[in-house]
Parts: sequence; C-alpha cells; structure tokens
Amino acid sequence: MEKLRHMMNPLDFSVEELESLFDLAGEIERDMEGYSHKCDGKILATCFYEPSTRTRLSFETAMLRLGGKCMGFADASNSSAAKGESVADTIRVISCFADICAMRHPKEGAPMVAASKSSIPVINAGDGGHQHPTQTLTDLLTIRSLYGKLSNFTIGLCGDLKFGRTVHSLINALSRYEGIRFIFISPKELRVPDYITEMLRQKGIPYEEVIKLEDIMPQLDFLYMTRVQKERFFNEEDYIRLRNFYILDKEKMALAKENMFILHPLPRVNEISVELDDDPRAAYFKQVQYGLYVRMALILTLLNIK
Amino acid sequence: MLNIGKIEEGFVLDHIKAGKSMQIYRHLGLDNMDSTVAIIKNAKSKAMGKKDILKVECDINSLDLDVLAFIDHNITVNVIKDGEIIEKRSLVLPKEITGVIKCHNPRCISSIEQELPQIFYLADEEKEIYRCRYCDEKYSESDIM
Repeated sequence: MEKLRHMMNPLDFSVEELESLFDLAGEIERDMEGYSHKCDGKILATCFYEPSTRTRLSFETAMLRLGGKCMGFADASNSSAAKGESVADTIRVISCFADICAMRHPKEGAPMVAASKSSIPVINAGDGGHQHPTQTLTDLLTIRSLYGKLSNFTIGLCGDLKFGRTVHSLINALSRYEGIRFIFISPKELRVPDYITEMLRQKGIPYEEVIKLEDIMPQLDFLYMTRVQKERFFNEEDYIRLRNFYILDKEKMALAKENMFILHPLPRVNEISVELDDDPRAAYFKQVQYGLYVRMALILTLLNIK
Repeated sequence: MLNIGKIEEGFVLDHIKAGKSMQIYRHLGLDNMDSTVAIIKNAKSKAMGKKDILKVECDINSLDLDVLAFIDHNITVNVIKDGEIIEKRSLVLPKEITGVIKCHNPRCISSIEQELPQIFYLADEEKEIYRCRYCDEKYSESDIM
C-alpha cells in the first residue's frame, strides 16, 4: 500500500519530485482534454476556515477539470468549527466523505494537525502567516516556465515580508536551488522573520535587506511583489501607515532589466499600478493559469493517479 | 548546615541555577513518581554563589534526563549505584521536546486546539534554538511551562 502523502510545506517534496510535478503540470497545459477524466468519481473537500476566493476556486476548478467533484465550506461560520469542533475531529469526519482535502486556516499549523489525524491526503491551502505551499508551487512553475530553469537568478521580494506567507514558502523552496540570490525590500516593520534569514545564513545563500525598491531594480531577474494585508495587523493605524509604502509603477519599471518579470500572488490592491498590466514583463495573471495546472498535477500526484 | 543522607541508587543533579529546582522537579515528572526526592535550594556554591541540588532515589534507567539539557546544560548529572558515583553524564540537547515549552504565538493552532501536545524541535543546535513544530515560532525563556 502506498504511503499517504500530504502537502504541508514545499519542502515535503524533493527537488526531483517537484521536477516530476512540474513536468506533469506542463503535460496538463499541453493536453488539458487528455486529463479531463483522470479523477472521475473522486471528491475534493475544500475546508476554508477563512475567506479566499482565488485559492479555493483554483482548487475546485482543478478538481472539476480532472473530472472529479468538490464539496466543503468557504467560511468557518458555515462549519462545525463555529460550534467548537477541533481541527482533528473535523478532518476525521471529512476523511469519511472525500478522497482529498485542501485546507485553509487562520491558525498556523492547523493543516499539519489535520494531516496527522487524516486518512486522506491533506493540502495546506494557507495557514495564517506561516505557509502557502501551493502558491509556492505556482510561483516555481511560473519561474521555471518563463526562465526555463530554477537556478542562477536574483529575485527581489517586496512589501510585507513579515506576515506574507507566500514569501516565506517561496524563499524556503528556492533555497534548494543553485545560484539564487535574494534581495528583500521592505520597511523595517515588515522584514522577513529571523528564522528565514537564519536558514539562509546556515546554507550560505546570499541575501540583502534594503528599504528602497529603486536602488536595486537593475539587479533583478524577478520581482515578487506582495500586498500589505490588513488582516495580519493587530491595529489599523499600523496598516494605514504601511500599506502604500511600496508601489510599483512605470517609473520604477524603467529602471528594470528588459526581461525582469513581475510576479504577484494576487489579489493586488494598489502595489502594482494598473498601467503595468500590459507590460510584457507583467506575469501575475499568467501565474494564476500556472496555479491551476500545478494544483491539477498535485491532486493527481497525491491521489497517486497516473 | 543541612544534612541529607546518601542515596543507594539514583541521581544527584548538582549545579542547578538557584531557584530552578522546582521547575526541573516538574519536568522530570518527579511529582508522579514514588521516589525519595531531596530538593536543596540556595545551597552555598564557590563557583555559583548559590545553587540548587536535587537528589533522586530511583532506578537509574527510569528517568529521561534529556529535558535537563534544554533547561540548563550546565547541570552536573551524577549517576549513583551502590552508594557511589559511577558516571558523570553529559547532557545532549534533545531533538524534540514535548510538554515543556508553550508556544506564545497567538496565531498558532496550539493556542486553540484541544489537547494538542506542545512540541518544539531543535532548529539550530549551535545556537540552541527550538521552534514550535506547528508554526515555527522561536521559543523564549518565558515560554517554559
């Protein structure tokens, strides 16, 4: 019997396993029709304890495109959590109904607790400010598709690097590839957490922390923009003070390399000016498409469907 | 001067930072054991000024001392058999600690999930950094339960 696998953290898969996953995503991109019945009869449960339209719809579309069905909840108030049910009990129940579960939870580590009690594969669809592995898989697939490889480039990560879980997951994942250099661009209040910089120092991976976006634009091969999220702040005053700190516009983009791609996990508020949407370097909507392919590939892989 | 008799088999934990002995008593689970235990607080020490000492009369294989390395690895562990010191045991930081540190991150699932064990893993051996297994939050000394 195959060992039950989950996706909690991008590091759950080896670099080689990720290559296979991305190859499969590539095949799906080329031949979507050929995969449209791979999950006939299978059910995906989407257990979303906090709102997320994009990620939830991407998971559900992925399963529907594979021929499977979806059920679940989009808000904790519509679930037994509102009655005080534990995550452990919820997943035990969901395991009786579905074949695979995607879980988003505001509490960090909740999907890990679910995975430890589950008899079906669990995918972490975002846990608080901690991890968001499928966004990372999306980001990696996007970089690999645009750049042709996942090594030897300089990536700038800009905005909320403290609470931005997509950022933490992406740094962890990229730290396994050769020749990656990180430049962190953020106000000092939103710097990347010390456990990430600790890890980079331990692995001897070069990184730089800067305040101004303009200064380092010419050095970048990729710029990963993030939103300053209101829900991650304890008070509104701090949020209002910091939200407009870093806005990417045509003026700043004029300093960038001609082939420097802009990535963003979306939703965007105002950190990327809409005037850049038609710039060929704006890759953030392509990312959404890659997100669908990679989630389809992940569902097939975790369900062990060839 | 306070006199406490020799023990036949067990441990003498010496050079405990003054005031920490009760914490160690709890974490070693001594409150649940039917052993003779002597807790000496604020004993005079040339090196430390004041120190605590714990004497535990028990089977020397019955105690897991790993947690001591986490709390204070300067503690001297004397292993006693037949009334004599047979070993001075060195302490090694445990890879994982359960039920000793409570995660202080209000966003961690361990803050709300019923009966979830508090588990920390050794993230950096050199700097002796432990992190919460669920949320990766670093512990601080005030988190020790």
